[in-house]
Amino acid sequence: MLNDDWLSEGLSLPERTMGTDKKEGSEIQDLIANSSEPIPGNMVEVPDDLKNNLVVTSIDALVNWGRKSSLWPVSFGLACCAFEMMASAMSRFDLSRFGMEVFRASPRQADLLIIAGTVTWKMAPAIKRIYDQMPDPKWVISMGVCATSGGPYYGSYSVVPGVDHIIPVDVYVPGCPPRPDALLYGIMELHEKIKKSNNVKK
Amino acid sequence: MALTDLHGDIVADKLSGSVPDSVEKSDLRNVWIKSEKLIEVCQFMMSEDDFRMDYLNAVTAVDFIDHFDVIYQLTSTSTQQRVTIRVSLTGRDNLQIDSVTKLWGGANLQEREIWDLMGIKFTGHPNMKRLLLWEGFEGHPLRKDFL
Repeated sequence: MLNDDWLSEGLSLPERTMGTDKKEGSEIQDLIANSSEPIPGNMVEVPDDLKNNLVVTSIDALVNWGRKSSLWPVSFGLACCAFEMMASAMSRFDLSRFGMEVFRASPRQADLLIIAGTVTWKMAPAIKRIYDQMPDPKWVISMGVCATSGGPYYGSYSVVPGVDHIIPVDVYVPGCPPRPDALLYGIMELHEKIKKSNNVKK
Repeated sequence: MALTDLHGDIVADKLSGSVPDSVEKSDLRNVWIKSEKLIEVCQFMMSEDDFRMDYLNAVTAVDFIDHFDVIYQLTSTSTQQRVTIRVSLTGRDNLQIDSVTKLWGGANLQEREIWDLMGIKFTGHPNMKRLLLWEGFEGHPLRKDFL
């Protein structure tokens, strides 16, 4: 985030940092202007002419089985939903049953982004950057009503009305916050989606 | 050890003797002072032996539509007393008040937050800009006329 303003001496603190603030502000304003509509999530559709292709479907089944059996999430939480996400990873609910106990600290090593909490416009560029840094194939779970639609903060001056305005979402988990059981169900739904996904098309 | 709340009238009496023409009014818990005397009053509250208000609990502001109140909650860690000082600012545009960051460093971020959400500028603040919202945001959202 450092820019050249920091290096110039003899200027006051606001003068030195205002350039960084303005850059961040214009980035957020651009994001607000360009994300008035939700981005549709990826639909699982098998084209008719590929449905009977035995070889491809077999590879699909194998690859999708591998992908769904070791989904690695990013360790990324925004608000109170993050605590339910952590509880899901603890021994009582135990995410490692799905091969996803490794919450990766780097998005470059992860397949799944769980948006756990309220997304503010100030946080939105960071979320978009994390999503862009994740390698394909990647999936997104919107956890809780705040991430799904803004929830109790819908219409607020600082809250994104649904994280799908910024990044495409695969599974929405309702609740405020959803219990770990609900998150686990959402993850299992995502497994079903991954099982049906078509690797030739993409 | 329990904290005692100073009666506003007692504080006002002391203030009117030492910092002339500074008190507007007072009641059970609050002392309203004039904005141009704020720094003098705060310095007096810090140095006076009966008060020694060395700790600033919070700076906050309230929108009363026809005026704003900037509220300073002070506590003394040595005499175990506390008092609330208020400054009324009339009008809604270009509101300005002196910063107390030189006296209590903890006011720094709180004064920035008040500027961000209430739109009251603190003159003499080392880094007077938005704290929570981003540069380019229009308006001050905790004002009653924001929506």
